[in-house]
Amino acid sequence: MVAIKQISIFVENKPGRMARVAKTLSDAGVNIRALTIAEAGDFGVIRMVVDDTEKGYQVLREKGLTVSETDVLAVELKDVPGGLYEIAKTLGDHAINMDYAYAFVTAKAERAMLILRVDDIKRATEVLQATGVRIATREEIQRL
Amino acid sequence: MFRYWNPHIERMPLTDLEKLQEDRLRSVVRFVSAHSAFYRQRFAEAGVAPEDITKLSDVAKLPFTTKLDLRNTYPTGMFCLPGDWVVRYHVSSGTTGKPTVVGYTQGDIDMWTDSLARALTSIGLGRGDVIQVGYGYGLFTGGLGLHYGAEKIGATVLPMGTGNTERQIELMQDLGSTAIACTPSYFLYINEVAQQMGISIRDDTKLKVGVFGAEPWSEETRKRIEDATGIKAYDIFGTSEMSGPLFTECHLQNGIHIWADYFLVEVLDPKTGEQVGEGERGELVVTTLDKWAFPLIRYRIGDLTILNTAPCECGRTHPRIMRILGRTDDMLIIRGINVFPSQVESVLLRIPEIGEQYQIMVDRKGPLDVMTVKVEVTEQAFSDKISDLMSLSNRVAKELQKVLNVSAEVELVEQGTIPRSVGKAQRVIDKRKV
Repeated sequence: MVAIKQISIFVENKPGRMARVAKTLSDAGVNIRALTIAEAGDFGVIRMVVDDTEKGYQVLREKGLTVSETDVLAVELKDVPGGLYEIAKTLGDHAINMDYAYAFVTAKAERAMLILRVDDIKRATEVLQATGVRIATREEIQRL
Repeated sequence: MFRYWNPHIERMPLTDLEKLQEDRLRSVVRFVSAHSAFYRQRFAEAGVAPEDITKLSDVAKLPFTTKLDLRNTYPTGMFCLPGDWVVRYHVSSGTTGKPTVVGYTQGDIDMWTDSLARALTSIGLGRGDVIQVGYGYGLFTGGLGLHYGAEKIGATVLPMGTGNTERQIELMQDLGSTAIACTPSYFLYINEVAQQMGISIRDDTKLKVGVFGAEPWSEETRKRIEDATGIKAYDIFGTSEMSGPLFTECHLQNGIHIWADYFLVEVLDPKTGEQVGEGERGELVVTTLDKWAFPLIRYRIGDLTILNTAPCECGRTHPRIMRILGRTDDMLIIRGINVFPSQVESVLLRIPEIGEQYQIMVDRKGPLDVMTVKVEVTEQAFSDKISDLMSLSNRVAKELQKVLNVSAEVELVEQGTIPRSVGKAQRVIDKRKV
């Protein structure tokens, strides 16, 4: 299984909430690889991929934050026009739904990565790999 | 399990009990009339003389007294004995106005203690129990009241007072507390802290009984406490004007036994002052029958309840009041509709995805009252999906609307952000009055 764990945090839509999360991770020496915030009025959900998921999850919980872990795919994007289209089309052709996605670029590895949450992670992995798309493993994300 | 502190009194046949009440009512009316200018004036205004009170039903001829009278006669204008009879004062915090002072003779303290000795015995406590008193000591009646009652029955008292939650849990373990008395909201917080410390109240302590009161709480909270910790949760009732905490349910958990030899209770329609029908909700009105420094005649406590005069299966013949449903003065009027915080609580606690703590905010937007209910999302319910959270908040709003008949906005907040209280929880913030 190539799925990686994403950390999701329930936060109120108020000043200082993001800072509290960021400081907790910073104090624990956990590095954020990619992050996105989904907001829904009074509250939001912070989603992130970090280098050390277990530690990140643990320190956030200890701070009393409402945290959950979710399986996502980290898909390598070709840094050319149409890179995202190719992935989205493959999934669409196989009737796999993308719940949400966010991308990041790594300077060190000179790659673009797409974090992808889909409704059928096993089939998504199969169809993407069949078209030659590389999916990063946990270890790769850690090493980035 | 059928244990009595004073079986002769507690199981007294109803006719004898009524005779006793009648005798005592006559005495107390004569006593206040002889000793208090305040009551003489009130009786004169109502056109009633002590001689007019012969039967128990004559109580309806007597004028009411209220908290306002207590404030107007601050500090001791309603006392019926001079200061050298008084062995103790308690003073209410005055969160809803001027503080109120109550005084006790030695006999009044003994009556209070005896009332609690009967109550604590009825829930199976006694010699060999360790009772952790987590109510405030000092001017508040909760701590000292429970303390004396628990000592009286030969139990060991752990006089913790409020706060210092980790210490409460440590000593609960080290000294083997079998019972705790505190507010239900504080006990929920103790359980929360115990979990964070990696301690299970059910498996790692000897706690088997909770005596919870000083704030209205619901049947749903009882269930949640009992399911979460494995203890039996009992309701305790009493107000500072009446002495302090005085009465509890018996082990059958079916209404609070009011000792009729000490207090005469009526449940009346708050608007008309007429007695409500059996099983109907009304305002609790009390007359003290064995309390002398500071007696009360038809005092309107402001608590809403239902009276049950049928003898209990436990053998006790004294009347019972059902769970306090709220107070006439904590009722909120939202867009013209009466809303009790206890109703909100009973809805919220039926929804497992949200925590036990809540807060009701009321504000006015333009001409319209807006009620917002803040609830905490539990970790078990949080799934990363925004749509799940939205549907949770919609579901809470829908359930509230169904029960309250008025719409409420629901705000999901992070765990631990609603202020925890060691005493009475502040559940309502009404910004309209400011």
